Amino acid sequence: MTATQDAPATQPEIGRERRRKEDQRLITGRTRWTDNIVLPGMLHMAMVRSPFAHARITSIDTSAAKASRNVVTVITGADVAEEQGALPNAWPITPDQVTPAHPPVAVDRVTFAGEIVAVVVARTAAEARDAAELVDVEYDELPAALDLKAAAADEVLAHPDLGTNKSALWVFDSAQAGTGGDVEEAIAKARDGGVVIEREYRQQRLIPAFMEPRSVVVDPTGEQITMWSATQIPHILRFLLAAVLGVSESKIRVIAPDVGGGFGGKLQTTPEEFISMVIARRLGKPVKYTETRSESLMAAHHGRDQWQKLTLAAEADGTVTGLKVELLADLGSYVSLVGGGVPVLGAFMFNAIYKFPAYHFACQTVLTNKVWTDAYRGAGRPEATYAIERLMSELAAELGVDPLEIREKNWITHEEFPFTTVAGLEYDSGNYEAATAKAKEMFGYDELRAEQLRRREAGDPVQLGIGISTFTEMCGLAPSRVLGSLDYGAGGWEHASVRMLPTGKVEVITGASAHGQGHETAFSQIVADRLGVPFEDVEVLHGDTQIAHKGLDTYGSRSLVVGGEALVKAADKVIEKAKPIAAHLLEASVDDIEFSAGRFGVRGTDQGLGIAEIALATFAAHNLPDGVEPSLDSDATYDPVNFNYPHGTHLCAMEVDTETGQVSMRKYVCVDDIGNVINPLIVAGQVHGGLAQGIAQALFEEAVHDESGTLVSASFVDYLVPTAADLISFEVDHTTTPSLTNTLGTKGVGEAGTIASTPAVVNAVVDAVRHLGVTDIQMPCTPERVWRAVNGAGRGGSDPTTGDAAPHFGGAEANQHSDAADTADRTDGAGQ
Amino acid sequence: MTHVTPDVPSRASEQGSRHHMKIELTVDGAKVSDDVEPRMLLVQYLREKLGKTGTVIGCDTSNCGACTVHLDGTSVKSCNVLAVQADGGEVTTIEGLAQGGELHPVQQAFHECHALQCGFCTPGMIMQSIDLLNDNPAPTEQEVREGIEGNLCRCTGYQNIVKAVQRAAGAPSGEGVTL
Ligand code: FES
Ligand code: FES
Repeated sequence: MTATQDAPATQPEIGRERRRKEDQRLITGRTRWTDNIVLPGMLHMAMVRSPFAHARITSIDTSAAKASRNVVTVITGADVAEEQGALPNAWPITPDQVTPAHPPVAVDRVTFAGEIVAVVVARTAAEARDAAELVDVEYDELPAALDLKAAAADEVLAHPDLGTNKSALWVFDSAQAGTGGDVEEAIAKARDGGVVIEREYRQQRLIPAFMEPRSVVVDPTGEQITMWSATQIPHILRFLLAAVLGVSESKIRVIAPDVGGGFGGKLQTTPEEFISMVIARRLGKPVKYTETRSESLMAAHHGRDQWQKLTLAAEADGTVTGLKVELLADLGSYVSLVGGGVPVLGAFMFNAIYKFPAYHFACQTVLTNKVWTDAYRGAGRPEATYAIERLMSELAAELGVDPLEIREKNWITHEEFPFTTVAGLEYDSGNYEAATAKAKEMFGYDELRAEQLRRREAGDPVQLGIGISTFTEMCGLAPSRVLGSLDYGAGGWEHASVRMLPTGKVEVITGASAHGQGHETAFSQIVADRLGVPFEDVEVLHGDTQIAHKGLDTYGSRSLVVGGEALVKAADKVIEKAKPIAAHLLEASVDDIEFSAGRFGVRGTDQGLGIAEIALATFAAHNLPDGVEPSLDSDATYDPVNFNYPHGTHLCAMEVDTETGQVSMRKYVCVDDIGNVINPLIVAGQVHGGLAQGIAQALFEEAVHDESGTLVSASFVDYLVPTAADLISFEVDHTTTPSLTNTLGTKGVGEAGTIASTPAVVNAVVDAVRHLGVTDIQMPCTPERVWRAVNGAGRGGSDPTTGDAAPHFGGAEANQHSDAADTADRTDGAGQ
Repeated sequence: MTHVTPDVPSRASEQGSRHHMKIELTVDGAKVSDDVEPRMLLVQYLREKLGKTGTVIGCDTSNCGACTVHLDGTSVKSCNVLAVQADGGEVTTIEGLAQGGELHPVQQAFHECHALQCGFCTPGMIMQSIDLLNDNPAPTEQEVREGIEGNLCRCTGYQNIVKAVQRAAGAPSGEGVTL
């Protein structure tokens, strides 16, 4: 046989700005959202939700709803409890964690405003909603635990029967762990001749606010029960549905079709999903539930919500010697799927890129009468990064040195990698010097500092501030063994299949389930390069447990670094399998077969076969070597050896109007290092989106409850997701320090922008007015808060973020989170 | 630039029962007539009655713009218009945009500039952008930002959407994105 296919001389796919395969259906409106699904005989559900944060249910009268037009049934908590116990909690962080049983429909007590108390099933969605209004629930209101600090002191109990709001106390101490020194010693030493920075920071409650509301359809009429859900985790969901409902896993198929964003907010097994299963099975009919936006904001999980008490110790020259972190983390009324573990993820990142020798972390998780918190873009790492990057800038200010200088003095240098941190992680690679140098140059750092000085000296009403964040994060969750040691309920591996079809096309299956990240495109690029086939010839399938038969789904920036690596391994197995077949067909020795650019050649000759020809030969199977199985495909399940640690330097310039408190972003530069980039276009897109979310935490977003625990920000009028007009164009670039823990040399990017940008922005806002005596402004830095900080400081340093009189500045938008909405929940300001 | 409900006079015909009203309209070039409940929103009509699920619902307060379509050539939030108000009108949805298999230049620009991620906001964003360009064929960055202010996107940070709109307008600033 002779060569019939020459290897195409094309540029490598990896690193190329490929336009996305996904786009065609999305830009033409042919998208498969869960809410688009219509099945014969399908019924619709509407939820009756509690208006109270904490109340006893004294009676529920469903008769009027039941009698209403086209209503099939009305179900209450007692009904559901017959078939379904508590919702799962997959991450008990301590053996003695207090975990209240979480019924999907409240039985005799509601624990947050928005909790489901009854479910109406009707022929149309409108009829279900109409009838839901007729369900008459009587409540006996109970005192609600709303303020995090008060809740931690057990002043009011979220669950009176538990006797406490304290769920778990999780502690890490470097001296005990043997990874570093004693923090109390470091602090004592710093008090005596060094510098101690003590701060209290509030991580306000945020709402993931994915644009597609959650939606679920269950069809119980087939051999299997099929659930379509707007979820990030179809595989985990299937397992947990089976485990909780006692249905055989093989009888459940979960499909995550096109999913309109998640950001951690769809990393959940929701009450609505369990209720849909129970009702569909009971009625033997397909059912659908799609939440409204206000339901989504109220009852899909929230993120962040921590009080951080921080003590940073340093020598007089700015060398940091220790950090002590005490956290209160608001879990909401139940411990959700992985919510309890979110602060634990953060525990490992408070030391960030710095090599200080002593570290102590203690987190108390607390139950309150609000919806549960869980993963939100970055999950634990943004909270940690915010704290340390704010503290480093405070230390610089205290010492009167440039904040970049302080960072440089304390960071792990390029030569020191790999580096074991005080929190016990091994950072494989990093080059903070390179990213910072590039960012500084792009930003025009020195010129902007000069302008800042000019404005200060001139007493300009509009001051300029420069904010810095040199961040790292831990992503690509993760080695299963490590997750096990943290008591996380699942592994961290990912699965992939690569199947050569007889025509030479390639079908790729991944257990990572996309919700906007562009897996179909990036994964096609990886496989096209590995197998030497055209990008267009690769088809990526995902998000359906019947097709992608195993996997651990998409969160924590793991799809590419874990799932992509699984693909590489599966593709390599295909090549290995093909080699003896090629040798056999070419009548050569296996040792002489070389694979390159899609062609199996015989060394030293021009003989060879293309991979498509081998694929066809293995399909026909007329002439295979003895013992070789027909068909050319492979599976690989990859468990990473380590997390990976993207890093970067973000610089932000903010203008702050000292007369009105109005802040506006002048410039934002970020240089991220995520190792090798598969698709620069997709990476830039994720960075932009991530920045928008992190900036939103700094400036706009906050879940606000009133005194009775009602979510005030329960619509897009009140929950300020930034618009195009609220943001500027960012300047993004990268440096490349390949990861050493995967063959692609790549690191995760999905959360980087969010993690890095929040402290960069707040550092800039504070920097703009620091000379007026301001050392902190509570997030979000609304004009009102900035004005208070500036004026409070000017009048002798009263608490910058609270006060009684609430003058209104700017437009209506600027004051959406107005004083009226300010709750006991954030009575304390920055607390210095 | 208007991106909220224009002042659409109610054109619902007089006949029809109290609970249903007869409407006739053109949707993506096809004439349709129907009996609808007066309370039915245009977006519900498009999705539930016509199966035009390209137009989506992202909020219940007319703030997100996901449901944006064109009514008589102008963008409207179809969750903010009753189906009966569209009677006699001409509606274009994302599904009627590509003509003869050819993408509309704005659709093409969204693809080229990677102006979408999950794609949920995308149909509304594209419809709004077209309306914006009809009013202002060469918008500045700030004009684009203000023009799409009524449409929320959670994934993209808007930057590439702005580029796409400018690219569709033929502006050089709409060229490639870098990282
Ligand atoms: S659904 Fe119409 S504006 Fe949100
Ligand atoms: S692309 Fe996801 S909301 Fe815009």
